[in-house]
Amino acid sequence: MKWPRHRDRAILAATPLVVVAAWACHHDTRLFVAATLNGVTLAALYFLVASGFALIFGLMRNVNLAHGSLYLLGAYVGYTVGDQTGSWYLGVVAGALGAAVLGVVLQVSVFRFMPGQELRQALVTVAISVVLADLMMWVWGADIYQLDPPEWMYGSSVLPIVQHYPTYRLILLVLAVAVGGGLWLLLNRTRIGMMIRAGVDDRMMLAATGVNMQFVFAVTFAIGAGLAGFAGVIGGSALSISPGEDTRYLLASLIVVVVGGLGSVAGTAVGALLIGLSEQYGLAYAPTYGVLFTFLIMVATLFYRPQGIFGGR
Amino acid sequence: MRASKPAAAREPATQAALAIDRLDVRYGRARAVQQASLLLERGTLAIVGRNGMGKTSLCNAVTGMVPSSGSIRLFGEEIRGLPPHRIARRGVAYVPQGRRVWRSLTVDEHLRLAHRFRRGEWTPDGIYELFPRLKQRRHNGGTQLSGGEQQMLAIGRALLLDPSLLLMDEPTEGLAPIIVEQLAATLRSLAARTEMAILLVEQNLRFAVDVADSVAVMVNGCVVRTMPAAALAADRALQQQLMGVHAQGVGS
Repeated sequence: MKWPRHRDRAILAATPLVVVAAWACHHDTRLFVAATLNGVTLAALYFLVASGFALIFGLMRNVNLAHGSLYLLGAYVGYTVGDQTGSWYLGVVAGALGAAVLGVVLQVSVFRFMPGQELRQALVTVAISVVLADLMMWVWGADIYQLDPPEWMYGSSVLPIVQHYPTYRLILLVLAVAVGGGLWLLLNRTRIGMMIRAGVDDRMMLAATGVNMQFVFAVTFAIGAGLAGFAGVIGGSALSISPGEDTRYLLASLIVVVVGGLGSVAGTAVGALLIGLSEQYGLAYAPTYGVLFTFLIMVATLFYRPQGIFGGR
Repeated sequence: MRASKPAAAREPATQAALAIDRLDVRYGRARAVQQASLLLERGTLAIVGRNGMGKTSLCNAVTGMVPSSGSIRLFGEEIRGLPPHRIARRGVAYVPQGRRVWRSLTVDEHLRLAHRFRRGEWTPDGIYELFPRLKQRRHNGGTQLSGGEQQMLAIGRALLLDPSLLLMDEPTEGLAPIIVEQLAATLRSLAARTEMAILLVEQNLRFAVDVADSVAVMVNGCVVRTMPAAALAADRALQQQLMGVHAQGVGS
């Protein structure tokens, strides 16, 4: 059995972390709790974006480096619709739908013609993301937007220790948990989820069982891209929307997926938590070197467990 | 994702179940199958031949998994060039080499997923009746099964497509002798009680002549001869000649 050695290693890795956390907690409890909450809610946003990326790569092995563009497009579309109609909810729906439609177009008009050619997919989608970034700049300009969520999401909630914490960020957390649960249900309890899992395992046998893979691909791409667009609107309400956010969230998705491992909702969640927390702790305790932490985690993962923490293969 | 038009294949009893004519399969410059022709009217036909003679490539061409040129007709209808899912929906089911069950799906999910496009006489419950062992393992994942159980599952998955042609590639590979015997009995009874034609690719000569009505021999990507299974079973010298060092004695 490998489990005991596994556990030893986990304890070995966790001990210094717990010690440092205990010190930080003792040193300034409020700062520590606030940084933790910020980290967890940032992780929620990362999870929303990265889960779509992981879904698309996990099933189709499609390297979609335009995933960040889907996020940003969703945010802009959501902003415009929300601004015009005055309804934030409509904005959320429109942002997710807009990104989903673009995702299907990408699958049908680009990825379909280069199955299994990762390098080509990467290069083509980088090019597409550059073009999309300029197109979005053309339409929406270089201004910074922020979406206005409904009244009841404004303001702050009373929590122990930190006292006041923005309600919206807590809602973000709830949404991420809901999306994670929904994804799990979709993958494990529905027919399309069954097809997606079978397709991840052995795509050709799925086709030989009469399943139209192009249809499954299009649906998966729509879900993954829709999640990115959804995250765009949600993130654009918590933070802001501006050019450059696309690459930021693409990078975050890549790191989350590399660290967490592909093919499982849990892996993406753990990856997102690690990256979100490390970023916020870095910001709170070592602002100069904060960015490094993320990459240290990634390097360590690639060194010790290249398939990612939850990665199967 | 509805089932496509009911395969027109079924009515005319005069057409051969599978007629392959001058089939070529190339991987880059290498030719795996060269001008192979094959006729399976009804019943069970086994393709035998040594490793690397193009047997699996032939299967992959029939199921549409690799591009090929030439002609593949299923009950008179050309299926070469169709995508794999269309070929499957026309009634070609595939039990591939190595079983290839899905590792993250349970036995039950395999059967429910396959039971979708052609609803005919087979149901998941029918499969459980055929292979009671699978019923005990219905909540186990694809990779928690033994080789024999995986083979049952792969066959069950194929039967649920309600196939008019069942393609099996090396079904005895890696199975214990007792399981191989059970498999032979199962295939014989399936062939007897259904209309389904079976194309069996097999290196195990004993199994091939045990199950099949006739045997085709492939050498270097060509079908060099087809003969009744009994004729091959009786001719030891021919077995030696055809299979070389891989020969497994058949008959007395």
